[in-house]
Amino acid sequence: MTSTPSADLNTGRPALWPGVELHVVSGKGGTGKTTVAAALALALARDGKRALLMEVEGRQGIAQLFDVPPLPYEERVVAVAPNGGEVWALAVDAEEALLDYLELFYNLRRAGSALRKMGAVDFVTTIAPGLRDVLLTGKACEVVRRSDKSAIDAYDAVIIDAPPTGRITRFLNVNAEVSGLAKMGPIRNHADLVMSVIASPRTAVHLVTLLEEMPVQETVDGIADLRANDLPVGGIFVNMIRPDIVSEPLNESVEAAAITAALSSVGITSSSINLGQVLIDEGNDHSRRTALQSRELLRIQETGLPVIELPFLTDGVDLGGLYELAQVMTDSGVR
Amino acid sequence: MTPLVTAPHLDIDALLIDPSKRIIVCTGSGGVGKTTTAAALGVRAAELGRSVCVLTIDPARRLAQAMGLSSLDNTPRLVAGVGKTTELGTGSLHAMMLDMKRTFDEVVEAHADADRAAQILTNPFYQALSSSFAGTQEYMAMEKLGQLRSQADDEGLWDLIIVDTPPSRSALDFLDAPARLGSFLDGRFIRILTAPARGAGRGIGKLAAMGFGIFTGVLSKILGAQVLNDVGTFVAAIDSTFGGFRERAEVTYTLLQDQGTSFIVIAAPEPDALREASYFVERLRHDAMPLAGLVLNRVQPISATSLSSEQAMAAAERLRERDDVPDSRLTADLLDLHAQRMRTWTRQSHLAQRFTSAHPGVAIATVPALAEDVHDLAGLNEIGDLLAARDN
Ligand SMILES: Nc1ncnc2c1ncn2[C@@H]1O[C@H](COP(=O)(O)OP(=O)(O)OP(=O)(O)O)[C@@H](O)[C@H]1O
Ligand SMILES: Nc1ncnc2c1ncn2[C@@H]1O[C@H](COP(=O)(O)OP(=O)(O)OP(=O)(O)O)[C@@H](O)[C@H]1O
Ligand SMILES: [Mg+2]
Ligand SMILES: [Mg+2]
Repeated sequence: MTSTPSADLNTGRPALWPGVELHVVSGKGGTGKTTVAAALALALARDGKRALLMEVEGRQGIAQLFDVPPLPYEERVVAVAPNGGEVWALAVDAEEALLDYLELFYNLRRAGSALRKMGAVDFVTTIAPGLRDVLLTGKACEVVRRSDKSAIDAYDAVIIDAPPTGRITRFLNVNAEVSGLAKMGPIRNHADLVMSVIASPRTAVHLVTLLEEMPVQETVDGIADLRANDLPVGGIFVNMIRPDIVSEPLNESVEAAAITAALSSVGITSSSINLGQVLIDEGNDHSRRTALQSRELLRIQETGLPVIELPFLTDGVDLGGLYELAQVMTDSGVR
Repeated sequence: MTPLVTAPHLDIDALLIDPSKRIIVCTGSGGVGKTTTAAALGVRAAELGRSVCVLTIDPARRLAQAMGLSSLDNTPRLVAGVGKTTELGTGSLHAMMLDMKRTFDEVVEAHADADRAAQILTNPFYQALSSSFAGTQEYMAMEKLGQLRSQADDEGLWDLIIVDTPPSRSALDFLDAPARLGSFLDGRFIRILTAPARGAGRGIGKLAAMGFGIFTGVLSKILGAQVLNDVGTFVAAIDSTFGGFRERAEVTYTLLQDQGTSFIVIAAPEPDALREASYFVERLRHDAMPLAGLVLNRVQPISATSLSSEQAMAAAERLRERDDVPDSRLTADLLDLHAQRMRTWTRQSHLAQRFTSAHPGVAIATVPALAEDVHDLAGLNEIGDLLAARDN
């Protein structure tokens, strides 16, 4: 028997998203975008690879999560991945990216700094959010394109902790945004270059959701919107799934008296309340909730996209929790 | 049954029937239940005999449909079948969804002559600002509240306006965003850009001319001349209409400090949401804005606090070894479920108690987490009943 060294050692599952280098993580606010992006970076860096985790909203969520000092505008190692491998992180800032850009293409860093002092850069990126977006996504594409040149600072994967679903299409569709502002010229060309990475099989946009009505609706709408704009959709990360505790179905034939009797056989009694009935009511409340969860999961599965189910971590998300989520991703075929 | 928290009780009905209360603002961090609470309060107030207008922001689709809001038309619509006649009056409910772009456009139209307005409305920078500036939604919610209030006063339409606030990480954004937009439109760079138009003779002129020179040079290189032209038009147009904007925002802000206004802060029993609620309560005090109290929403419902989590788990373990007892497996599962609910309840109770220690005077109402989403009038009625119930 021979075995090919490239065969996957961890799992027989086929790899999800082969060929994707840029992973964009979006979802409704508070569903776990930052957490999922971080765990995804760990999973993608595993087995000796290098992944870069990018933050674009200036909130230092990544630094908090990995318990490191605030990230500068500079790539830094923040964690070691399972089985060797490095997760790097970068907090991208639109002003800095603009200065980079002016220097790179026009050798205009000094003029750029003067503009910044006047508040001009802030002003322009505020009234023209499209410009800010093209600077942020432009930075991501610059990093991704390093691998074309086999640069030594290239990464195997780049992960963006992106804006929420409501803004994601606009954020990524820089071409459309910039075309309203600049019909031609260098910014326009830059936007075209960015789109050649983002609207290509090298990119996948993933959405994070909870099994609740509003986040699921936002996810379904978000997918339609991304598709309508020819942006490549990757998968759905269903986050904070709670285990179903009651294994037997609770039907009408279950009698409160029987439960009360079972309770008293182990010494649990109450003189003031009908404990059997209370527990049955709690069980019914729980099954209505899990039924709702299953209905929402069905809606997610109907999209036909790969679905990765992530457990609710009872102790909250710490570094250990991130590795746990990364392992679930690996087991689901993320690599 | 043990209450979740020992705090003064927030008496929702007393608030809703108080005729001196003309505005109720529902605020809190993202996803805690602001829209649901605002709508439920609206329904309940109408049932108590008040004529109410609820301003909602991005309600869930099914909830909007339930209130008859199928389109975003930016005007209040009567919600059929809600409202009773009582000694307070003839109860009715109007509801609307905020259209922030339309509201912004209307402000421009109200403050500029037709030509200038047309110029602003078609300007690409204005379009970006009015649809995606962080804070535009808050600013426009405030603007709409001001409009509804004048309409109520002029036409005697509503005696109570209930406002929802936009989804945001921080509840403070609702109070701060208008000022942020103001200071942006008032900022140094705008002043530099508009200085030549105001007369270059004044002190700032030379710097402005120089700044503008660099600015034009670099920007036309990157963006092209058309873009620069658009920035110029935008800035000039905004400059001449913005005074009106700012004055109105200030008037509305003062309205929020009026004794006829009450804030209800909504929080989930989670650390982040309660921290935000704390900041907000502090801020209201600082700005002398009247706080009615805190609604703790989606609290773990529990009906037997006397059976502790430890007792339940131990009993479940013993039952699993008893094949002789009928329903032993099911009962053990139910005990585990109860243990988990008790743990959650206990954690939430600690968090709520901590909030109360920091803000002892703040009245609290608790609302249990329902098993299903709230998406129809019956659900809103149920939330209303739960809000008004005296359970802490
Ligand atoms: N699987 C999980 N189990 C338990 N808690 C989780 C899980 N995933 C995320 N959380 C918690 O949920 C909260 C929100 O997560 P996170 O900050 O990642 O969301 P987000 O979508 O990035 O939020 P925002 O929209 O504010 O950027 C955090 O407190 C996080 O610790
Ligand atoms: N007590 C409750 N029990 C069960 N579900 C609830 C309860 N309160 C609110 N919900 C549900 O929670 C979800 C979020 O509520 P809602 O939209 O009111 O929050 P919000 O604070 O307005 O959110 P956002 O910040 O996104 O505007 C909705 O699906 C709603 O039906
Ligand atoms: Mg985040
Ligand atoms: Mg809302």
